[in-house]
Amino acid sequence: MARNLLVMLGLLAGCYGFNFVMAEFIEVVYVDYINLCGLAIILAVGLNVINGLAGQFSLGHAGFMSVGAFAGAYASIMLTYGVIESGPLSFVSMGSFLLCLALSGLSAAAVGALVGAPTLRLKGDYLAIATLGFAEITRIVLTAQDAIGGPTGLKRIPKMPLLPGSEKWDGGTSTFWIYAFVCLVILLSVNLQRSTFGRALICVRENELAAETMGVRASRMKIMAFVYGAFFAGIAGCLYAHYQHSVRPDDFTTVRSIEVVVMLVLGGLGSLTGAVVGAVIVTLLPQFLRPLEESLGLSGLSMVVYAALLLLMMLFRPQGIFGQRELSLKLLRRLVPGGGKESRP
Amino acid sequence: MDFTQLLQNMTNGVAKGSCYALVAVGYTMVYGVLQLINFAHSDVYMLGAYFAYWPAKWMGYLPDEKGGRAQDVPLALVGLFVVGSMAACAAVGALIERAAYRPLRHSGRLAPLITAIGVSLLLEYGGQMVFGTEPRLFPTFVEAQSYDVAGVKFANTSIIIVVTAAVLMGALTLFVNHTRQGRALRAVSHSFNNARLMGINVNATITMTFMLGSSLAAVGGILVAMDQPTITPLMGLRMGLKAFVAAVLGGIGSIPGAALGGLLLGVSESVVAYWSTTYSEAVAFLILIGVLLVRPAGILGSSAREKV
Amino acid sequence: MSALLAADQLTMRFGGLTAVKEFSCAIESGELFGLIGPNGAGKTTVFNLLTGVYRPSSGTVTFAQSDITGQPPPSIAARGMSRTFQNIRLFDELSALENVMAGAHLRGNINLFDALLRTGRHAREEKRQRDWAYKLLAFMGLEERAGLAAKHLPYGDRRKLEIARALATEPKLICLDEPAAGMNPSEKQGLAQLIRRIRDQLHVTVLLIEHDMQLVMGLCERIVVLDHGETIACGKPRDIQSDARVIEAYLGVADG
Repeated sequence: MARNLLVMLGLLAGCYGFNFVMAEFIEVVYVDYINLCGLAIILAVGLNVINGLAGQFSLGHAGFMSVGAFAGAYASIMLTYGVIESGPLSFVSMGSFLLCLALSGLSAAAVGALVGAPTLRLKGDYLAIATLGFAEITRIVLTAQDAIGGPTGLKRIPKMPLLPGSEKWDGGTSTFWIYAFVCLVILLSVNLQRSTFGRALICVRENELAAETMGVRASRMKIMAFVYGAFFAGIAGCLYAHYQHSVRPDDFTTVRSIEVVVMLVLGGLGSLTGAVVGAVIVTLLPQFLRPLEESLGLSGLSMVVYAALLLLMMLFRPQGIFGQRELSLKLLRRLVPGGGKESRP
Repeated sequence: MDFTQLLQNMTNGVAKGSCYALVAVGYTMVYGVLQLINFAHSDVYMLGAYFAYWPAKWMGYLPDEKGGRAQDVPLALVGLFVVGSMAACAAVGALIERAAYRPLRHSGRLAPLITAIGVSLLLEYGGQMVFGTEPRLFPTFVEAQSYDVAGVKFANTSIIIVVTAAVLMGALTLFVNHTRQGRALRAVSHSFNNARLMGINVNATITMTFMLGSSLAAVGGILVAMDQPTITPLMGLRMGLKAFVAAVLGGIGSIPGAALGGLLLGVSESVVAYWSTTYSEAVAFLILIGVLLVRPAGILGSSAREKV
Repeated sequence: MSALLAADQLTMRFGGLTAVKEFSCAIESGELFGLIGPNGAGKTTVFNLLTGVYRPSSGTVTFAQSDITGQPPPSIAARGMSRTFQNIRLFDELSALENVMAGAHLRGNINLFDALLRTGRHAREEKRQRDWAYKLLAFMGLEERAGLAAKHLPYGDRRKLEIARALATEPKLICLDEPAAGMNPSEKQGLAQLIRRIRDQLHVTVLLIEHDMQLVMGLCERIVVLDHGETIACGKPRDIQSDARVIEAYLGVADG
């Protein structure tokens, strides 16, 4: 545990350095891409615990994200300005921001438990369609709330808090905050995946009845997976809201949920490395296709390429890029010729 | 409470529900034979509307750029456009099955589901590329009229929708229950392997299922387009989810169930819309979750138990 | 002294079909107990009723002096009853070792935070599971297979692995559903010895469903025979072998 804390501190320092490099040397457009990738990674790695490890096909991740986004953004606006009205942007204080993040994560996790509990009895595509339904209901309910702006949502969401020495960084501190949570979610998920809990989750995925007769409480495990995934979706939502400075309920449609699932499928469902790689590909692909789309005057092209990629993947490599493997030192050593010493009994 | 208004909403709901039913049939039949949610089905519905739109446009039955009012399409041509669109959609449905789903038929349930999502995205955004993103005004197939009965308005388009849907669903039920091919369809949805052992051509039957469902979806697309009267490449998104809910509500795999589910959903939405149009959008999903939790087999469906 | 497992008038109806009718038996601690009957007699249904997979239409199950009727499978596993499946249900993607460790999860005492933060407690639990799993793999003669994915194991080893996994939950009673199905005579011999050792060395009571009469007769101390969901005989192997109704159930009525 002490080692984990040290690792996390080291990673935080790394994120600070990363943000510094971004602010000083990298063009704003690319910084934006990198930040969007970070948000996608948090979503995908969280969802991987639900869809990949526990094998519960959830198609409603955008719903959890929206809950976190609105909870965090509303709290942040209230703590910073006290009222919802137009005006210049300012920074949210460090304490308030951490409070907002906690609120986002916890409210999304609560919704996760709420969604997880009644849908436990459903399997496969029925579960997928039910979680999709929950996400849509969430969006419609949010749209109907005038207190958070109705369909136009919240605007003038404060900037993420300053860090020591960050005053002159034009792009702000978003990269630090986003990547701090990227590191956190990856670290915790690696631990979870390798733990006895992670194994119990996989057992539920592989054969629920057998898991139950071995004493694994499948329902509790599934709810836990939903709570975990939803918590980080909520965090991602809060970061997203502060990064964009505005949120609308329509930012979180079914297409968004599908996007996160596609990241997992592309990378290899159940593989954390795959989730990260998938998140990066799915985020960057449309960004690079957009110039082409505009020059040809063909709107929709990037989505078509994306869909075609998905179809080809399913036809020729349905297990995704990584399958269920992880990028680890062991795998690297095996890839280097002569580097791996395979011992076979 | 304004009862006339409520009644008006309910009659509108019946028309809306009839469209849901036409699309729901496609979901329910495909799920019956393949246990696959064919996400692309709602985009075939969208194509149905466009396949009727294009010939009408080419033949000059649309308002031109100067804003001049176009003439109505003659009835014989309407029939031709509808049948043409049904045939084209049937071909698209068969093509989707052949190219995307058949290669994955034996690779679990996740891969086909993802593929279905992929095909759906491909059609939606491919549609944007080809047809453009902006909504298009649909040609006037029927001159709009409405009849007033005790304060409740009946639009002739609504009546056409309900009658067409009823006739087509009736014909489909007859086909499935009283023809050789219909019997093959029921056999395949009962058991793949047994049907094959009985000498039924399973592949041909599945292709036929997709063609039937797709052609009905085409009619649904045209009817909705007549009623709206604009069409967009993403019009299938909402319809798809709701039609699927209708199929689940009625009992997935059951054709009368799809009709019943469609009507119930259409009417419930319209009744809730009397109080709040925003929340009427959520009705479908509340019904979906309710049904899945209380009676996953739906109203007319039957459930099977996993063998331990 | 009361029985370890007692079923009293268990009945299971699926719609109009009565799969098991008024099944009663009492298994003493330390017994090797057999449950036999022709195909479709309702043997597996009895297992499903005992281990909580199905909730009986009527009747009660008592295990270690407490009523467990209708309890969910995890609670029953926690009380000390474990089982294998007729159609093998392993965790296919996990290795043989991990399959057995999954069985050991039940007796662990860690929470989510131990897992997320990799505390010392988690490390100790992981080691306990690993050691116990290796011990059981060795007991079943599978130590060579520890690292292999369950789905890559040969058929006979898959059956044995399922038994090892069931034993990992530290049960008082283990229910084996046709463990010798699909094995050749010499494999069956080995399995019979293994089952006896489970009882003698690990002190686990065994309830066995088996088709192979020779195996059951040679192994079990008491046997109950089911036919069409009804109990037609119960007693020592020798009495069962000469029971007219049993012979009739297995061979049909002799003409004339």
